[in-house]
Amino acid sequence: MSGASVLYDVPGPRAKVRNRVYMVFGSVALLALLAFIVLRLDAKGQFDAAKWDIFNYAGVRTSIRDGVLATLQVFAIAAVLSLVLGVVLAVARLSDHKPVRWVATGFIEFFRAVPLLITVYALWVIILSNREDLGFSGNQAQFWALVLGLTVYNGSVQAEVLRAGVNSVPKGQSEAAYALGMSKTQVMSTVLIPQAVRAMLPTIISQLVVTLKDTSLGYIILYEELLYNARSISTNIIVDGDDTYVPVLIVTGTIYVAMCLALSALANWIERRGRRTKTGIGVSAAAEPVTATDALEVGDAVPTAPGQKEN
Amino acid sequence: MNVLLDHLPEFRDGFLGTLAITGASALLALVLGVLIASFRVSPIPPLRAFGTAWVTLLRNTPLTLLFLVAVFVVPQVLVPGASPFVLATLALGFYTSAFVCEAVRSGINTVPLGQAEAARSIGMTFSQTLRLIVLPQATRTVLSPLSSIFIAMTKNSAIAGAFSVGEMFGVAKLLSDEGYAIAWIFLWVALAYLVITFSISGLFRLLERRLGVGR
Repeated sequence: MSGASVLYDVPGPRAKVRNRVYMVFGSVALLALLAFIVLRLDAKGQFDAAKWDIFNYAGVRTSIRDGVLATLQVFAIAAVLSLVLGVVLAVARLSDHKPVRWVATGFIEFFRAVPLLITVYALWVIILSNREDLGFSGNQAQFWALVLGLTVYNGSVQAEVLRAGVNSVPKGQSEAAYALGMSKTQVMSTVLIPQAVRAMLPTIISQLVVTLKDTSLGYIILYEELLYNARSISTNIIVDGDDTYVPVLIVTGTIYVAMCLALSALANWIERRGRRTKTGIGVSAAAEPVTATDALEVGDAVPTAPGQKEN
Repeated sequence: MNVLLDHLPEFRDGFLGTLAITGASALLALVLGVLIASFRVSPIPPLRAFGTAWVTLLRNTPLTLLFLVAVFVVPQVLVPGASPFVLATLALGFYTSAFVCEAVRSGINTVPLGQAEAARSIGMTFSQTLRLIVLPQATRTVLSPLSSIFIAMTKNSAIAGAFSVGEMFGVAKLLSDEGYAIAWIFLWVALAYLVITFSISGLFRLLERRLGVGR
């Protein structure tokens, strides 16, 4: 029955008229809200051409471009390192040796519980106070603090994602591998981890989107990534006695949304492709796993075999 | 070690500040989230489009950017004299509302269609169906992601400390600037966040046991 949902039935004639009335009211209300915001901004002169003209300055464009490059740099390195750390921690947490398991579990739970900003800030303070010993100059202290903080936090989350993935591989796989005489390392590296990664790839990519968003924390530790550069532009360029916060923040926001949507689209495409397979284990939902900014419990993201219904 | 004993008032104020902003944002996020979720499941296309745009925009924007908008743009455009606490609550509440909306919507969608069809076939009205059949079953699915969302929001409230709201990250910054070893400050602040996080997950586990409906 198309049009029926759990809340309302297929609309009959009276419901259709009522829905049409609501549609008109709803559209008017939304347009009024939008118009209010636009007009208030306009009244404060935020839509003057002079303010938006600043994006024609070479300096502004270079600054934005450098910011995007810095953000992508941090993201790339943090993404790779966090995935490596995630694999290491997941394998450690699944180990047969209790001390290894406890250390890994403690590490994961601690860094998932502490806010990322505080981890990054603490690392920054530590690196700053040792910067001569480490030979850092310029921006490098902030860069490494941000990268290490992101690595440690996202590594912990990816470890949980991978652990859920490994636990979702059907037990018969590892039993058959052990029956063939494979060692634990061989089973993990040739049978379990590849299937786990393939199954959890959408969730892994969604967590990478979170990593990309969290690079904006560099603003708070004064690393010159996109948000920091945007803020310096808007504070330093004064047009007609007014600062240029609104245009710059709108443009910066659009850039961030575009980057994150591109990455999420990749995750959704992989999920859709995975759902079409007829063999092997199913693919997880392209939603972000639990903690800091996300909504889905890692356990909920665990895939089911294709053809099996969720109960 | 001494940093905690010497500065107990600051730590306490920071702890209470974190609790305050978490509580206020949670309220705002719940109200807004349920509202936007109702937009997203409504039969009216403009409201559905607004809900989808809201969630897409707020989920793909960094929270720090939203804080910048709240602290620098909102006073100019809307309310001139708002305190940093109010502005931070606005930013955090709006950001979290997108996640609450998704959780509520997925909760409503997990209720099997047959339940509502059966309710309608015995003559229940819309509000009866909602109150007696759909919402109790939806709540069971919603509570678990909701607890993760609120734990995440507690951790995100640390960003408010960078925008002159009195809470624990601010205390950590203050004490670190005074010269105390960052490792100890980090430990105590981490412990405080762990306390809040465990309380929230404990509270939600209690709620799940009381409100959860077995199927």
